[in-house]
Amino acid sequence: MNAAVLQPVEQALTQKIQVRDLNFYYGKFQALKSINLDIQERKVTAFIGPSGCGKSTLLRTFNRMYALYPNQEAQGEILLDGENILDPSQDLNRLRAKVGMVFQKPTPFPMSIHDNVAFGVRLYESLSAREMEERVEWALRKAALWEEVKDKLKQSGTSLSGGQQQRLCIARAIAVRPEVLLLDEPASALDPISTGRIEELVHELKADYTIVIVTHNMQQAARVSDYTAYMYLGNLVEFGVTDEVFIKPKKKETEDYITGRFG
Amino acid sequence: MDLYTRRLLINRFNLAVSLLTMLFGLFWLGWILFTLFKAGFGGLSAKLFLEMTPPPGSDGGLLNAIMGSLLMGAAGTALGTPVGIMAGIYLAEFGSRGWLAPVTRFISDILLSAPSIVVGLFIYEAYVVRVGHFSGWAGAFALALIVVPVVIRTTENMLRLVPDSLREAAAALGAPQWKVIVLVTVRAAKAGIITGILLAIARISGETAPLLFTSLNNQFWTSNMNAPMANLPVVIFQFAMSPYEDWHKLAWAGALLITLSVLALNVFARVFFRNRTATY
Repeated sequence: MNAAVLQPVEQALTQKIQVRDLNFYYGKFQALKSINLDIQERKVTAFIGPSGCGKSTLLRTFNRMYALYPNQEAQGEILLDGENILDPSQDLNRLRAKVGMVFQKPTPFPMSIHDNVAFGVRLYESLSAREMEERVEWALRKAALWEEVKDKLKQSGTSLSGGQQQRLCIARAIAVRPEVLLLDEPASALDPISTGRIEELVHELKADYTIVIVTHNMQQAARVSDYTAYMYLGNLVEFGVTDEVFIKPKKKETEDYITGRFG
Repeated sequence: MDLYTRRLLINRFNLAVSLLTMLFGLFWLGWILFTLFKAGFGGLSAKLFLEMTPPPGSDGGLLNAIMGSLLMGAAGTALGTPVGIMAGIYLAEFGSRGWLAPVTRFISDILLSAPSIVVGLFIYEAYVVRVGHFSGWAGAFALALIVVPVVIRTTENMLRLVPDSLREAAAALGAPQWKVIVLVTVRAAKAGIITGILLAIARISGETAPLLFTSLNNQFWTSNMNAPMANLPVVIFQFAMSPYEDWHKLAWAGALLITLSVLALNVFARVFFRNRTATY
């Protein structure tokens, strides 16, 4: 897989993230094998593939989430705006303030709805109470949650329903105004209505953010993404414009997976 | 006999045996509580809380002992809890790499199961002998040493129950590790950690052995932590060993008092814990 970088056809776009010859190890197990791909600014890129193919692992290298754990190691280069984030001198907290993440399971903090959204903002900006209120409202509106929670901002974030909790987590992630938003199967624990809301949200958010989404649901990838990467066993099998990947995939494996003959 | 019937019978047999063993355990507990109430209930009166421990043959209460127990218990908890919480946080949050954490955990577990008289002797050698007299502080130090491993264990266990996804979510917002711990992880485990502290208080409120060699006893009222200090367990020990009828009565009343407070504390801890868990 050391072949030339698989690149989407349109070249006029800006590349927000460039992955170069990335290998990833859980201890001795190699989970990613020489990955090369470019992620375009203000577009939605989806990673699809069967369980264990490495799509979440790849996503978690973009904010170096793996660095929380010993024995997990990435080799190669990941350039964010041209700067290698795998460099040991990279400040992880600053990186994560720039690259936000939403997880598979909703993870509201044990504090009020307001404080959940304000949590990340307080770390990097000192806002007046009034500015903070505005920021919280802005983020909650962006996440399509404001109308449901505006009268109970002081209530615990854990008191919300699963779908609301997930939108709270999205609000919390965008409140710090990151440049990139990583979504790790954000709708897999939600019912179809909440899933629909989150997909609409992804559509709206891509005007401002570069979004990378991992999903098990191929219809979802087809609906929300501009680019799709199909991964299998730690390899990037195919990467291109979503419509092309879904309508006329270049590789037989991709076609088999997408049409449901495999995986 | 077919397989299903056999399983059914084995099931019934095992259920019966476990019920019997439970009843066996409860029987002794019930007997102890019954005796305690029978002998101690008559001694419960306002005098108990208003008067000092008496000389044999005269009237009195346990005020100085109650006060001493409260003072030393409070000081021991105040000294031991921060150490225990910080060590517990270290073990749960930083303990995955290196050799220091496993060693600390091992020593803490030994301390947890060490006979409390050893703790008393240690403080006697390390503190009482050096300052030259028994004192309330020495008692508080001994109690603190018992509090530390209890709080370490519960704090570590409770923090481990907090899902990693919560830590990841906080770290993903760019929070440095200490903020993740203070603002998110510890807060999520707060109810459990407080329960651990309450259980540690319950544990030390009945300890006699560590106080025998440290605070000893005092027949009179004192709030001077640098002087020997009365406390319920040692008073009970001394009065129960005496040949005087009225001292026996006070010893029973004191024992009942400790039991009731520990019971109250345990019930409170459990109710508190049940209502406050699973908030994340």
